[in-house]
Amino acid sequence: MNRSIGNGSKGNGSKGDPVIVVLQLTGGNDYMNTVVPYNDPRYRDYRPTVNVAEDEILTLDDEFGLHPTMGPIQEMYRAGDVAIIHGVGYENSPRSHFRSMDIWHTCEPDTLGTEGWLGRVVRELDPNKENVVTAVSMGPALFRALVAPNVPVATVENIDSYGLLTDITPEQKLNRVLGRYKRMYSPAIGSGPVMDYLGQTGLDALKGAEILNVAPGSYSSTVEYSDSSIARKLKGIAQVHLAGLGSRVFYCDHGSFDTHADQLGTHHKLWSQVSTAIRDFFDDLEEHNAADNVVMFLFSEFGRRVYDNGSGTDHGAGGVCLAIGKGVKGGMYGQFPSMKASDLDQGDLVPDLDFRSVYTTLVEDWIGLDPVPIVGGTFEKPEFILK
Amino acid sequence: MSDEKIALMAHLMRRAGFGASRDELERRVEFGYEATVEELLSPEDQEPVDIYEFLRYYPLWWKPGTMGGLGHAPWVWRMINTKAPLQEKLCLFYHQLFATGVSKVDHYDEIADMVDTFREKCLGNYKELLMSVAKSPAMIFWLDNHENHANSVNENWGRELLELFTMGVGNYTETDVRECSRAFTGWTLKHKLPRFHMGRWDWEFEFRPEDHDPGEKTFLGHTGDFDGEEIIDIILSKPETAAFIARHLYSFFVADEPQVPAWSVTPPNDPEAVQAIADALIESDYHIGAVLQMVFNSRFFKEARFKRVKNPTEVVVGTLRLVGDAERPMPETMDWASQIGFMGQELLNPPSVEGWHSGIEWINSGTLMKRTNFIAEMISDLSRPGVVKIIERVKSAGRAPEDVVDACLDVMGPLDIPAESRLELVDHARDLGEFDWDDDRPGQGGAAKATEILQLVVSLREYQLS
Repeated sequence: MNRSIGNGSKGNGSKGDPVIVVLQLTGGNDYMNTVVPYNDPRYRDYRPTVNVAEDEILTLDDEFGLHPTMGPIQEMYRAGDVAIIHGVGYENSPRSHFRSMDIWHTCEPDTLGTEGWLGRVVRELDPNKENVVTAVSMGPALFRALVAPNVPVATVENIDSYGLLTDITPEQKLNRVLGRYKRMYSPAIGSGPVMDYLGQTGLDALKGAEILNVAPGSYSSTVEYSDSSIARKLKGIAQVHLAGLGSRVFYCDHGSFDTHADQLGTHHKLWSQVSTAIRDFFDDLEEHNAADNVVMFLFSEFGRRVYDNGSGTDHGAGGVCLAIGKGVKGGMYGQFPSMKASDLDQGDLVPDLDFRSVYTTLVEDWIGLDPVPIVGGTFEKPEFILK
Repeated sequence: MSDEKIALMAHLMRRAGFGASRDELERRVEFGYEATVEELLSPEDQEPVDIYEFLRYYPLWWKPGTMGGLGHAPWVWRMINTKAPLQEKLCLFYHQLFATGVSKVDHYDEIADMVDTFREKCLGNYKELLMSVAKSPAMIFWLDNHENHANSVNENWGRELLELFTMGVGNYTETDVRECSRAFTGWTLKHKLPRFHMGRWDWEFEFRPEDHDPGEKTFLGHTGDFDGEEIIDIILSKPETAAFIARHLYSFFVADEPQVPAWSVTPPNDPEAVQAIADALIESDYHIGAVLQMVFNSRFFKEARFKRVKNPTEVVVGTLRLVGDAERPMPETMDWASQIGFMGQELLNPPSVEGWHSGIEWINSGTLMKRTNFIAEMISDLSRPGVVKIIERVKSAGRAPEDVVDACLDVMGPLDIPAESRLELVDHARDLGEFDWDDDRPGQGGAAKATEILQLVVSLREYQLS
């Protein structure tokens, strides 16, 4: 089902280098209640309790509709800016959060990977490490997708107070101490992977802070973001993007989507926060005429079990990805996996599309890099990016 | 007193506690290494922390129910004040292993109760502890065992019990997960009405026989109508379980290992040490106190100095115990507890049931900044008694830049750093001019200059290691 929306008459998207913003839905987002196959009678058979009411579904076409909190996404879908990629996953889904997330982050479904796919992207984009803020991770901890040897990533929890030894005054003394710090962290000193890593991280921190410190000060906007942690993260990303610091890869997450119990309320709250934050983010970028070169990508480590458990849903397999932005060829891609009981694997939807296919499109058609070494092979490529 | 004995005692106290001042290290060296291990293993001999002192100041911080951010402060206050630091260190170990968070449980009291159980049982039998965890209402809610019914099995707890708490991936089948989960059906919690509109009543474990699946189960090659306790007995009878718990202990107390999800495919860095711990677990019938006694007296432990990246709790609590003036309950207690979270380890709220990724994964440019900034601010605060004592020791080394630098490195560790780093510090000390200890002008005198050197010492890479 490759039904694209819009006629390709959008702006040429050539304004600035392509930027990718990953929004990870941590915990295992319930595919079936996000993009609801509302016309398949099996949906309500499988989901007697944990379902979206028929009259609340935001319909996209005669088969699928969105969760009622996803109004902003529906609007963007109608404008041709949202690609919905169905049935994404990989074989032998382990149904463990950590292992699954590792697989998505490292592109290594069979062995254990330590290097993240976006870390490899950053290394290709900036092989000589000319810009330590090529990648910015929003949150207290660095996501494994961005981890790669000698790839600096600015890990920013709060962009307003980002800096090293900021307590030292006056400025003259601070500069004296930071100057020495820089020399003590010199790569010539120390040996071994831990010391090298610490040394590089220290220097990257110093340099990244110098660069990022300009972003909040130069930012002004009429957009008032909604009040949620994901909205704050996306606002920080907008500030850095709008400051024109050359950042190409942004990463953030929201959760927890691990709705084994009391799913209806939790899922509703989470998607309401995500949808409005995405709307605020793109409104902000558009106000500054800086949206054309940004594509946002949403994924979760797995979808959830087809049968509900009376209150929530357990860990499943196949899931859904969204790509959003002016550079996206809106529409539906891939197939919703068969819900026939005999086609389910241990009660789960069997993914038709390898997640590395989706990465392939993003890496090759959006970022413009050779996807093979980054995703670790050649995969079918759904054409959801405008050419 | 030999430097080696001080260095070894400092290592023990960093690992089995939250570090110690030089005065304490000297006292302990007099007392003896093995005797100190014995003392650490006998928390009942120490005067316990009087939590009521804390509650007289901050009654609302006790059992704060759902109120964000309050629950972890009393625990951090205990860690700062305890005379039995290994006990609190083990609470942290088990909190990392049986990671349960308010992000979902939404009830600080219950997770704090879990930590209280760890405190009570931490040095005893692992099975008893595991049974308490299985019956902990926080864990039951966290892993949805209250939704695990005889006629509709929820596998969350059953799976994580095997994957993260006992055996590790690869040592059981999907069928074992299912059968294990069936055995825990009917293990649920009951709760009462809240005492006020924002509050929560305590939860209690409840076994509901009518919701338990009493049928025959085949689990790890054994067949019978097992209940949860029998399942735990079967799990603990497997050598894979001892090896897995041993690796957890090794990674927390001895040297950093890869992250837990890697264990099924990556062998331990020191397989012999992990095997020795596993053997000790089996020989002692999972008596954690006996196992730790072996570990702390072992050669592999004594040789593993600075082989772990400090976790954020060690950074914050260790710094506060060192600089002092943090013992009274005070508004800052809350801020310090939050700092640990900003460095990536929000207590009572681990990111997932896997706990925190540790080792170098504690460090990224953001967290390295926060760690450095926190320690550097504290260590330069001349109003703190611990800092005054450190400066006194540095003073006694004299006025020469080399001697001041060496004294700073000694009193902050002792730290062994590359010659080039030491030369940088000496250059810096030289540039600051003479260390005139009689000059006590703020920002300019000898003490102020020495704190600038201390700030650079705690910014060293080596200082991030334990």
